[in-house]
Amino acid sequence: MKPAAFEYHAPTTVKALLDLLAAHGEDGKILAGGQSLVPVMNFRLARPPKLFDINGIAELDFLRSENQKLRIGALTRHAAFHRPVVEGPTGTLLADMARHIAHYPIRQRGTFAGSVAHADPASEWCLVLVTLDGEIVAKSASGERVIRAAEYFQGTFATALRPHELITEIRLPVLDASWRTGFYEFSRRAGDFALAMTAVALRREGAKIKDARVGIGGVEDRPFRCTAAEEILTRNGSLAEAAEAVSKAVKPLEDLHADAPYRRDLVRATTRRALERALA
Amino acid sequence: MKYIGASPRRLEDRPLLTGEGRYSADLNAPRQLHMRVVRSPVAFGRIVSIDTAQARRLPGVAAIWTFEDVRDIPPIDIRLTRVGGLEPYRQTVLARDYVRYVGDPVAVVFAEDPYIAEDAAELVLCEIEELPACVSALDEPGDFMPATLPGAKTEAAVVTKSYGDLAAAFEKAHAVVTLEVAVGRHTGVPLETRGALASFDPSTGILTMQGAAKVPHYNRDQVARMLDLPGDMVHFIQGHVGGGFGVRGELYPEDVLVCQAALHLKRPVKWVEDRHEHLLAANHSRDQLHRMRAAVDERGFILGLEDEIYTDQGGYVRTHGVTVSDLAAAMLPGPYVIPAYRATAHVRLTNKTPAGTYRAPGRYESTFARERMLDAIAARLGRDPIEVRRINLIPPERMPFDRGIDALGTRVVYDSGRYALLLDKLLAYLKYDDLKSQVAQRRSRGEKVGLGLAFFVEKSGLGPADKAVISIDADGKVEVVTGAASLGQGIETVMAQICAEVLDMPMERICVVHGRTDRIDYGMGAFASRVTVMTGCAVKAAAEALREKMRAAPPHAPVSAEGWFHADHMNYPYGIHAAVVRVDVETCGATVERYVVACDVGRAVNPMLVDGQLVGGAVQGIGGALFEEFIYDPAGQPLATTFADYLMPTAAEVPPIETLLTEDAPSPQNPMGVKGAGEGGINAAGAAIAAAVDDALGRPGAVTRLPITPLRLHRMLFGGG
Repeated sequence: MKPAAFEYHAPTTVKALLDLLAAHGEDGKILAGGQSLVPVMNFRLARPPKLFDINGIAELDFLRSENQKLRIGALTRHAAFHRPVVEGPTGTLLADMARHIAHYPIRQRGTFAGSVAHADPASEWCLVLVTLDGEIVAKSASGERVIRAAEYFQGTFATALRPHELITEIRLPVLDASWRTGFYEFSRRAGDFALAMTAVALRREGAKIKDARVGIGGVEDRPFRCTAAEEILTRNGSLAEAAEAVSKAVKPLEDLHADAPYRRDLVRATTRRALERALA
Repeated sequence: MKYIGASPRRLEDRPLLTGEGRYSADLNAPRQLHMRVVRSPVAFGRIVSIDTAQARRLPGVAAIWTFEDVRDIPPIDIRLTRVGGLEPYRQTVLARDYVRYVGDPVAVVFAEDPYIAEDAAELVLCEIEELPACVSALDEPGDFMPATLPGAKTEAAVVTKSYGDLAAAFEKAHAVVTLEVAVGRHTGVPLETRGALASFDPSTGILTMQGAAKVPHYNRDQVARMLDLPGDMVHFIQGHVGGGFGVRGELYPEDVLVCQAALHLKRPVKWVEDRHEHLLAANHSRDQLHRMRAAVDERGFILGLEDEIYTDQGGYVRTHGVTVSDLAAAMLPGPYVIPAYRATAHVRLTNKTPAGTYRAPGRYESTFARERMLDAIAARLGRDPIEVRRINLIPPERMPFDRGIDALGTRVVYDSGRYALLLDKLLAYLKYDDLKSQVAQRRSRGEKVGLGLAFFVEKSGLGPADKAVISIDADGKVEVVTGAASLGQGIETVMAQICAEVLDMPMERICVVHGRTDRIDYGMGAFASRVTVMTGCAVKAAAEALREKMRAAPPHAPVSAEGWFHADHMNYPYGIHAAVVRVDVETCGATVERYVVACDVGRAVNPMLVDGQLVGGAVQGIGGALFEEFIYDPAGQPLATTFADYLMPTAAEVPPIETLLTEDAPSPQNPMGVKGAGEGGINAAGAAIAAAVDDALGRPGAVTRLPITPLRLHRMLFGGG
């Protein structure tokens, strides 16, 4: 399949890009890794009249840890996370999750920020953003704003980002050693979209869990934290109880591969297994 | 030099591995136009109008055709298994009056580049009066094309095969076991999509189509007839081919359209389908349901077997006619005696992509049905499934065994087979008793893991004949010209091995030509696992004739000789698949931990290539058992039209496939004793995996439908749906 005709722009600075977005944002899409956008264009499901290629904007290519925050620049590829990028549980969690994203060649091009902009309900990075309560830094010609993860996802492929805005970076907390993380995903084949996945982060003091994050993805139209499960864990309820709470709380999407009853059972399993991995 | 039985590396691989392959998409001709098909967006409807005005105005569009422009081209005819009454159901090269499946070609655009062609195709507006779609072969047959062909119902044919006294069998039965099973719609999905480049040379009057495959001579003859050209003025050329599996190489509307366009537009015409189109428009297969009744004695010996088969053949009857149903019915009895039998196969047309022959056509399905029945019999009588099979096996002293029915126009007579021996060898290879007890121990610790096994008989070496012409030049270089076609299976190597052994010379001096109607007048191509047998024996005959001539000729004189091989019976390789499968009942994921294909091919010319065929087939078979399915909604809209939803197994989903190749039953029907190896690897995969899953769950008969998806497993375990 060939895409419909489009006008191609390749600005080399953030300012040039933001000016283009201010003038033509409604009419265009940003091209970073292209691993979601290009197939969608080839199927002609999307026909952006303009494409703004940001791969030449060196200022967007950074990945660094600063003030207990991991700052992930817009051009950071999935593959960057294959090995832990920062010491401690955040680095380990990201490395665990990275290898579930599609396949190796796709990870060499696709970007973390691109996944967040695309907001596929089965995106691992969208899940970790919500689970760890990260931030999205969005710039436009008129300024910059920071959007909290909890306010960012609005549905399948729908976010709080405006047409003239660029995600310049994503920020995640760098968790200290008192935290334990775990991730479990189920898909039909290696590299496929998750039918259900759970990411957890638990802060422990001795044997007690003082703070719990239980993130669920691939089940509803956006990733979310299951506060019912988190409460069970912080009052030291069992992992099984917490998993059951997730299963009861979700309103699962239905598709070719999974109906609601199956997804409920699946998310119970992914949650329990993510928790077991965190506490192993 | 001994070449037969050796495993030299393939002569054809260098260009393929060094990026020098020339597949259809790599071919280009000066001034070529690009063809893009406009396809029906609805599953069934009457075409009211097709408006091409806006599309024509797009700069770079050379022409747009609808049925009116091609009405003189007759429908695509039936190549195999013609039974009376199929004519009305053939497909025209563009839809006439009605569309019968999503993807049915309604118009075709010719443009300067593929981007413009696709832009223009989108601007073609089809007004179609939608009709309720039929999406099940079990529905009462309806009207095929109500206004145009009144009276033509969607049951295109009923194929019956029977022998013995079934009534008596059921009368004296100790038990009657009934079972209904079905295989989901799926197909071979070659890595290379279909494509073609056609050009007409006005100075010679020759029309050439590159991108042919499977049956170039037959297709050439058909296109010449359909376009009203002399046969020797049309040439079909096969280049590098990225897989066939039965799907590539049948004559499709697009093949005829590129040829007609090259002729009439007086420019070369190139067409390459994208993957989405391929999944919509190239033949589907396997969509078949079986309702069986078996009469058995107390030991589980089958006294009689009756089967009502429903084949969902999609929108039209394509070139293979009723082959899938014919072979399903003919090969269902498999390696078992079954003294009385009747199969009635209903060939039903629905509003889905037309279905055709896919590797082991009719046999993947009927092996699944029959082996599930054997397991059901064992469960009903409380007997061991392997022992029940053993007592039903045709003993070697009854070979050649006349099955009492025919298939593909030949009487089915099993030429040779030592079924019980292969079973013993496989069980020894598996260390079966240990394996069974290991699996049982794991189950006692809570794992859901199971072992399953399934027997099959395949068919190969379809005649009626094959021809080879071999020449040696003054430098001692040998050229073998065959009428075979390459699908990537290694013809250039295997034929060179056979020739080299007869001529006693290094195989590297031998070049094998195939797939070219301009180099040899007679060719039957590659399908039905025929090439090693038919072309191989023709090559042997030609090489022997050449050797004789060389002895009589002066040294270094160029010499040429011809050889033929004729066969009016097929021959019958056979085998057993075994699988160990673990089910995770919390996620309903199934993992194939171990997979073994045991197969007797009579004699293996190149054991490495036979192994390759068995392994590749097994992976496809696992795909059909666990992953691949074309699903349609009630309106006939296909829901799996990309690789995101049509799931092919990758290396991560399959274990290393183990093969046990034996040569205990060479074929007495040809001088080399060879049988074909193309389809043994896939045949019993559905059955073996199903048996393993039943065993893992401890629920005999749980699996009655393929593919065994997590969603189906969930419903099996927990209800619902």
